[in-house]
Amino acid sequence: MSFDDDAYGALTDHDDDARWAYGTGFADPLAGVPTAVPGDVDRAGLTAYCLMLGDDALVMSHRLQQWVTRAPELEDELALANIALDLLGQARLLLARAGEAEGAGRDEDALASLRDAGEFRNVRLAERGDADFAHLVARLLVFSCWRLPLLDRLTASRDPVLAAIGAKGVKEVTYHREYAAQWVVRLGDGTDLSHRRMQAAIDAVLPTAGELFETHEVEARLAAAGVAVDPAQLRPEFDEAMSQVLRAGTLTGSSSAARAGRGRDGEHGPELDEILAEMQELARALPGGVW
Amino acid sequence: MSAADVVATVTDPELPMVTLAELGIVREVRETPDGVEVAITPTYSGCPAMEAIRDDIVSALRDAGFGRAAVRTQLSPAWTTDWISESGKAKLAAAGISPPGAAPRRASGPVPLVLGLRGESIACPRCGCAETERISAFGATACRELRRCPACREPFEHLKEI
Repeated sequence: MSFDDDAYGALTDHDDDARWAYGTGFADPLAGVPTAVPGDVDRAGLTAYCLMLGDDALVMSHRLQQWVTRAPELEDELALANIALDLLGQARLLLARAGEAEGAGRDEDALASLRDAGEFRNVRLAERGDADFAHLVARLLVFSCWRLPLLDRLTASRDPVLAAIGAKGVKEVTYHREYAAQWVVRLGDGTDLSHRRMQAAIDAVLPTAGELFETHEVEARLAAAGVAVDPAQLRPEFDEAMSQVLRAGTLTGSSSAARAGRGRDGEHGPELDEILAEMQELARALPGGVW
Repeated sequence: MSAADVVATVTDPELPMVTLAELGIVREVRETPDGVEVAITPTYSGCPAMEAIRDDIVSALRDAGFGRAAVRTQLSPAWTTDWISESGKAKLAAAGISPPGAAPRRASGPVPLVLGLRGESIACPRCGCAETERISAFGATACRELRRCPACREPFEHLKEI
């Protein structure tokens, strides 16, 4: 039955697929993508690495979704929802890849919805709440200035799925970075009040960026094998883009190397518990629910 | 009708004025003794229409008498608006959606960061005015941006070049 014939009928008429499923039960985004892991690639390492990049995208996406209905203009609601959707798409691909590499029968739904905070490997930056819109665009700018060169280098990964996710993601995150940068410049170079609040947001967010460039043992091992990206290498490109934006916005700031707890090791703040309580509630209350 | 002909009739769920083939989403249609195998590629990582597209292709093939049909996702090479055919672009324009120009080509090195206005001129699909302005880089779907025409004062959508 097609949607045009009877929209209400179509909603309840899911005989063959989960097209109208909510919560869980979506079709695998990697359906039909060759799933083999190159023979000499360490599967446990690949699993851990895919979780890191996938969790960054998943948690950041959820934080962005929380801004929908709270943004200053309708266009920004659309922009934030679209950016969140791109990141959710990247997360689905990465978590599905993690599940395959792990080989323990966990799919993207299980990994997203049935893990506790201590099993999440996202950087702390992704989970932080935003005090105001300036904090949001500052955080999105830092996140995008870091993720863009990361995905760009991932295109050379020896894992063909990671390379493909990188190639696709670069095009998307280019837009995300531009959106955040234009807001930071507009607020920084705006009124006295907007400048003050934008500077306060940069002062709050940028010092926490140090964790983004700390190389985890898994990243080091996989980077040496040509599979992963060593985040320490991203620093010059990140600094260059950030200073271009801050200069244009008449803002100042430098990121420190200070540690903020290692999200990559599963150490998180109470913010992640809040996010997961909201994000996972339905899937945990009704495991496998489809309607 | 060959399987490829059948697949060529399936339209996009979000942009029903164009077919999936015209959008460049269909990468391969292969008839094998086991059935038909179709490869499609997502426009954006989070494109929520992928499941619907997969279902539409399978049911079109089933309705045309092809028994088994499988749709596989092909991630690489990543989709680009350069794959939209000339007829697809013409249909988009006729529906009031400004079609994409050539996708940006990037030199090696870091992705350049554009602050302020991009140096692009996009014509209004309604009145033809050559210079229009961007309202937002993000529209109703991931692949479209919102623009406004200073001449006829109408807002319109533009399929952004990627």
